[in-house]
Amino acid sequence: MEGPTNEFTPHRWCELTQQASPEHLLEVRNLRTHFFSPGAVVKAVDDVSFYLDEGETVGLVGESGCGKSVTALSLLRLIPNPPGRIVGGEIMFEGRDILKMDQDDLRAVRGGRIGMIFQEPMTSLNPVLTIGRQLTEPLKLHMGMTNRQARSRAAELLEFVGIPNADVRLRGFAHQFSGGQRQRIMIAIALSCNPKLLIADEATTALDVTIQAQILELMKNLTEQLGTALIIITHNLGIVARYADRVNVMYAGKIKETGTADEIYEEPRHPYTVGLLNSVPRLDLPTRGRLDPIPGEILNLARLPEGCSFQDRCEYAVDRCAAEAPPAHTVQGNHQTACWEWERVKLPAEAGVSQS
Amino acid sequence: MATTIRPEDVTFARPLQERLRDTWSSAIGALKRDPVLAGSVFILLVGLFLVAFSTFLTRTEYTRPEPFLRLLGPSADHWFGTDDTGRDVFDRVLVGTRISFLVGFSVTALSAVGGTAIGLVAGYNRLLDNIIMRFVDALLAFPTILLALALIALWGPGLFNVIIALTVTGTASKVRLVRSQVLSLRESTYVEASRVAGASSIRILVSHIMPNTLGIVIVLSTFTFASSILAEAGLSFLGVGVPTHIPSWGNIIANGQRHVQVAFWISFFPGVFLTVTVLAVVLIGDALRDHLDPKLRGRLESTHGGTDE
Repeated sequence: MEGPTNEFTPHRWCELTQQASPEHLLEVRNLRTHFFSPGAVVKAVDDVSFYLDEGETVGLVGESGCGKSVTALSLLRLIPNPPGRIVGGEIMFEGRDILKMDQDDLRAVRGGRIGMIFQEPMTSLNPVLTIGRQLTEPLKLHMGMTNRQARSRAAELLEFVGIPNADVRLRGFAHQFSGGQRQRIMIAIALSCNPKLLIADEATTALDVTIQAQILELMKNLTEQLGTALIIITHNLGIVARYADRVNVMYAGKIKETGTADEIYEEPRHPYTVGLLNSVPRLDLPTRGRLDPIPGEILNLARLPEGCSFQDRCEYAVDRCAAEAPPAHTVQGNHQTACWEWERVKLPAEAGVSQS
Repeated sequence: MATTIRPEDVTFARPLQERLRDTWSSAIGALKRDPVLAGSVFILLVGLFLVAFSTFLTRTEYTRPEPFLRLLGPSADHWFGTDDTGRDVFDRVLVGTRISFLVGFSVTALSAVGGTAIGLVAGYNRLLDNIIMRFVDALLAFPTILLALALIALWGPGLFNVIIALTVTGTASKVRLVRSQVLSLRESTYVEASRVAGASSIRILVSHIMPNTLGIVIVLSTFTFASSILAEAGLSFLGVGVPTHIPSWGNIIANGQRHVQVAFWISFFPGVFLTVTVLAVVLIGDALRDHLDPKLRGRLESTHGGTDE
C-alpha cells in the first residue's frame, strides 16, 4: 500500500511554521477546562499537562466522565461556550499556543494540522451530502486544491482506507455504508490533509470487536506511514496496551499517572491504575469467578474534596491524602505518578493486561 | 490495492449534461411508477399553460357585463354558466389561473428563500435568535388573513401588496421551522466534525446545515402554495385583493357566494380548479421530499446499490 502523495503543500501553514522548531510536537501545560452552571463549577479538566512527540502514539485512559473527551475537545478549542470555558493553561502545537490563535489560524489547524475522529461513526457524516463532497471539502479548504485535484485525491484516500471501487462509492451517501466503513471514511477525512496529529476520541467504542481491531490496525498503519502522531482516547486498556507508546491515566480531570505503556502495565504506581488493571477480565488465567472492580464511583466533578480526588476509593489512603493534593512524583525517567503513597502501591501478581 | 487514480479515471466528476440526463431519467421513472404523481404534474402543467395562453382561449369578453345573460346555468354556450353580471364563468376561471398561480408561486418562492435565510441565522446566532424569534412570535400570534388584512389596510389593496403581505406571514412560519431544525442540527456530530475539519461558521451553515433543512422547507412550501392561493381568494373575497374586473379564482368564488342558492356554478367551478391545483401541488411536494432525502431515495430505488461490509 502506498501513501497519499505529499505533493500538495498546505498553503497557509507555510508561513506559520517558520518559527524555531519546538521541543515537542504538542505540549499541553496546566490545561484547565471548566463548565459553569448556576451554583456550581465543574472542573472537567483541572491542571492537565502532557506532551506528544512527532509520530508518537499516546493513550489517554480513564473511566467515563474523567475528562478525556473534554481534554481532546479543548485541544482544538471545541468546548461549547457557554457553559464551558478553557480557563487556563497552554496548548503548544508546533511551537504556537493554540489557545492564543485567532479564528483563521485556528481553522487552518483544525483539519489541516490536527485531525480528529469521533466515537459515533453513524452520525459523524452528513446524511444529505455525498461522501465525495465531504471528503473533498477539507482538501479544497486547507490544501487549496481545485475540484479536480480534490476529487482524485478523495478517491485515492478512500482506496487508502480500504474502501474499494472508490469512484462509485464517492457518489454514495452515508447511509449506504456500514459503521466500520463510515469510520474508515472519517479516518480518510481526518488524514486527508496530512495532519501532524490525529486525535481518536473513543473512535472504536461504537464498533463491534472484529471491526474495532480492523480500524485500529488501519489507524496504526496509516499514522506510521504518514508519520502522524496519534492520541488514542479510550477506556479500553487492551487497546492502549497494544497500540500506545506512552499512556496517561486520567481521573476526575487530572492525570494521575504517566509513563511508557510497559511501565504503566507492568509496574503501575498509582492505586487508580492498579484498580483499572485489576478490573480487566483475563482469559489466560484460571477463572476467578468475579472481577475486582474499583469500589465506589467517580466523583461529582462539581464537588471535589480537598486533597487527592481518589482518596474515597483508595485502599492505600492515609491522612495526608485528605489534606493535600499529591504532586507528581517521578518513579524513574518519564514515569510519574500523583500519589503520596506510590512506593507502597503494587500490582497484584496475576492482574493486568497481556500485551500480546 | 492500486491507489494511483488519475483525475480522468474518476467518474464521479461527471459532466453536467450526463448528470442532467440522469436526473431527467430518474424523474421520468418516478412518474411512470406513480400515476398519481404523473397526474399531479400534468395538472400543474395545464395550469402553467393557462397562465401563458388563457387570454387566447376565451370566447367572450370576460370583463364586460352582459345584463341580458345574467345567472345562466351551464350550457353549450357557457360551459360553466354566467355570473350575476352576465360574464362567462368558464373564461373567467381560465384567466383567473394567472392571478392564482402568480400569487401562489411568488409567495412560495419568496417565503421559502427568506424563511430559510432568516431561520438559519436565527438558529445559529443566539443574540439575533432572541430578536428575530420575538418578532416572529408576534407575527404568528395573528391569523394569516387578519395580518394580511392589516398590512393591506396599511399599504392599500392591490396584487403586489397581497403578495407581500402573504409572504410576510408565510416567512414567519418557515423561520420558526428552519430555526428549530438548525438548533438540533448544529449539535449533531457531523456539524462538529466539519468544525474539526476547519470549516467556518458560514460554510457550516450554508453547506452542511442548510441542505438538511431543504426537505422540510419544500414540504412546508407546498402548503404555503396552497394556502396562499386560498388566502388570496379570501382577501379578494373580502374585497381587499385583486380588483373585481380582473378575475382571480378567489374573487370569482367571492362574487358567486352571494348567489350560491340560485347559481351554484359561479363558485363551484373555480372552487374545483382551486381544490385540484392545491391537491396536485401537495402531492408533488411529498414526492419531491421523498426524492430529495437520500435515505428515502435509497429505499425507493433499490437499484442504487448500497452494500454493507
